[in-house]
Amino acid sequence: MTGPKDTGPKDLEGDVPTTGHSWDGIEEYDNPMPRWWLYTFYACIVWAIGYSIAYPAWPLISGATSGLLGYSTRGQVADEMASAEAANAEINAQLAAVDLPGILETPELQQYAFSKGAAVFRTNCSQCHGSGAAGAKGFPNLLDDDWLWGGTMEDIHATVTHGIRNTTDPEARYSEMPAFGDLLSRSEIAEAANYVQSLSGPANDPTLVAAGQTVFEENCTACHMDGGIGSRELGAPNLSDAVWLYGGDYDTLVATITNSRFGVMPDWGSRLTEADIRAVTTYVHQLGGGE
Amino acid sequence: MSSSDGLYAAREPIFPKRVSGRFRRLKWAIMAVTLAIYYVTPWIRWDRGPELPDQAVLIDLAGRRFFFFWIEIWPHEFYFVAGLLIMAGLGLFLFTAALGRVWCGYTCPQTVWTDLFILVERWIEGDRNARIRLWRADWDGKKVRLRVTKWIVWILIAVATGGAWVFYFADAPTLLHDLVTLTAHPVAYTTVALLTATTFVFGGLMREQVCIYMCPWPRIQAAMMDEDTITVAYRDWRGEPRGRHRKRDVLVAETTRTATPAALSPAPVLAEPGDCIDCMACVNVCPMGIDIRDGQQMECITCALCIDACDEIMDKVGKPRGLIDYMALTDEAHERTGAPSIPVWKHIFRLRTIIYTALWGGIGVGLVVALFVRPDLSFTVAPIRNPVYVTMSDGTIRNAYDLRLRNKQGEDRPFRISITSDAALRVQAEGSDDAIVSVPADTTKQQRIYIMAPPGAPAALRDSTDVRIWVQDMVSDERAEKETIFNGTGQN
Repeated sequence: MTGPKDTGPKDLEGDVPTTGHSWDGIEEYDNPMPRWWLYTFYACIVWAIGYSIAYPAWPLISGATSGLLGYSTRGQVADEMASAEAANAEINAQLAAVDLPGILETPELQQYAFSKGAAVFRTNCSQCHGSGAAGAKGFPNLLDDDWLWGGTMEDIHATVTHGIRNTTDPEARYSEMPAFGDLLSRSEIAEAANYVQSLSGPANDPTLVAAGQTVFEENCTACHMDGGIGSRELGAPNLSDAVWLYGGDYDTLVATITNSRFGVMPDWGSRLTEADIRAVTTYVHQLGGGE
Repeated sequence: MSSSDGLYAAREPIFPKRVSGRFRRLKWAIMAVTLAIYYVTPWIRWDRGPELPDQAVLIDLAGRRFFFFWIEIWPHEFYFVAGLLIMAGLGLFLFTAALGRVWCGYTCPQTVWTDLFILVERWIEGDRNARIRLWRADWDGKKVRLRVTKWIVWILIAVATGGAWVFYFADAPTLLHDLVTLTAHPVAYTTVALLTATTFVFGGLMREQVCIYMCPWPRIQAAMMDEDTITVAYRDWRGEPRGRHRKRDVLVAETTRTATPAALSPAPVLAEPGDCIDCMACVNVCPMGIDIRDGQQMECITCALCIDACDEIMDKVGKPRGLIDYMALTDEAHERTGAPSIPVWKHIFRLRTIIYTALWGGIGVGLVVALFVRPDLSFTVAPIRNPVYVTMSDGTIRNAYDLRLRNKQGEDRPFRISITSDAALRVQAEGSDDAIVSVPADTTKQQRIYIMAPPGAPAALRDSTDVRIWVQDMVSDERAEKETIFNGTGQN
């Protein structure tokens, strides 16, 4: 073994020129590049030429050269999504074909529908109903056991497919509450609000409640039924339970009676596939209030 | 570039000579045991019931399970593996402090397989001298035949080595069938090919270079050895000056002659010749290609083959054994002065090794205790915070929780979920009217549960209420518990 003899400066004799730069008297030798480095560099250039022909590379006025291999990241994503779709094609077909309660009875189908439905929900429904499906003022909470139009698989499926009070789907669920501000006096509205509050809360002023009951029975029971239990055929909310869509405080009730409410949901049948709709139906049904 | 220009030095080939003796016999025995453990272990069967694999030692990467006889490790119990690795580390510290590079010399796979490859080489090409002749010879028919035969046997061993490795990761009989019928997964073939290549290259071609240049252990071990560590050493005060037989005789004769008063001229002062006859036996058997008489060296793996070789020679020349011997640095200083050697147990039992042993044993006991107290049933609770509670139509306040129930047994088990908290709270599993959940064998099941407070109950109105969730195996009554909270409306 010999030691490293040869690692000192190459220019003790002054054979190698310097780069000509001098920083505080420190100069830099102009030694050639290491050969391995140089060859790697040339190889990279050759590679880059081939690469720029094979793949999208050169910018043009609009877009870029497409490359001989026709590769694009967007195309890759499309391919991957198509292959995922193809992988699920069979179970999606099964999901769309089976009768609705049957989804819940087949564990494999139910699990798939629930997971898929969760994704559909987050993409399409969470904007209004919230990512946890807890809803918001005017947007129903889907976790509880109170349903405006029904909570069976069939009911939810119909609601998702056709929507509510929209004008784009003739089969949409439809009902309309009148704005009683034009029909009743302010005092009648106040009495009715007192009565509605008393249905689910502590008793208010008994004379106002008794008067409100009369107003209610004359104007509201056609839809909200005797005792305010509501009607699913008409999407009329149950006013005697603890769940409020717009709020159960006095001011909100007066506002609701005076101006009415008109909540609209789009028809998802025109946007989602049948398998998607059934999946999100299963998901919503399993959130804790399915019937 | 000539060799003197760079730092690169070509490898000097090493041709270890055959040797026999007590350490060689020990090494054969250890080789047989370690190789047997390696090749046989995946084939040991262990009945775990119909749902689980019946392989005694199995690393099921896809199923994220590690099976070791009666022990089954789940991913969340990876601390057992960490503990075993720490024990392995401390064990190496202990053995290195006490016995030097005993791991390298006897049990390291690199040593064991290299030993096996050298054995094959000796069978096919002959012992040291024949191998040197063959190495120097031109490539004639004989050399080609011997080399090819050797390489084929090496490759067979390498394939068996790489092949045995993959059996630890899948059911061995099934995988063997798949491998032979070319239906196994490409990963299995790639792994076998890779390990075949490394075994062949490391054991057949690189050998001691792996230990000297690639392995970090020698450097670390050097830092853990001290003057009481037992290593292989040469008693130079006994062996020197060394000399060959003929030269010895002359030396002895000269010494005798000069000792006689009849001598006229002033005799050259010659020391009494040492016991070393410079026969090079210790160098010729060394698989690392070093001369132990130069003192302790980084390359030495303390395989003790030079001890066997030298003892054999000492027996032949009628000198006491132990010219090359296991001893500590303190022995050397001690024996130079003529004092008797220090007993081995005094080297081994000292504060340092006792502390290592205590740490090693403490972690071992801890792991064993953890193994026996760990439950076959456990679960985690994740309260659903979006939203924190739901008001039901009758005014009930409901909270949702996701439980992950782990059933670590090989059969389906029904678990009953219950709570201890405010008496008014009720619990219910999603999708059923009660709180009984069946968890399939050897799986984790995610189950949503609801806890409900009736309208007006204190828990419904309070901000939060402490809840303890119990999960009980309805057959064995084994239980597990977790604390969580119930969120109310916070009106009170």
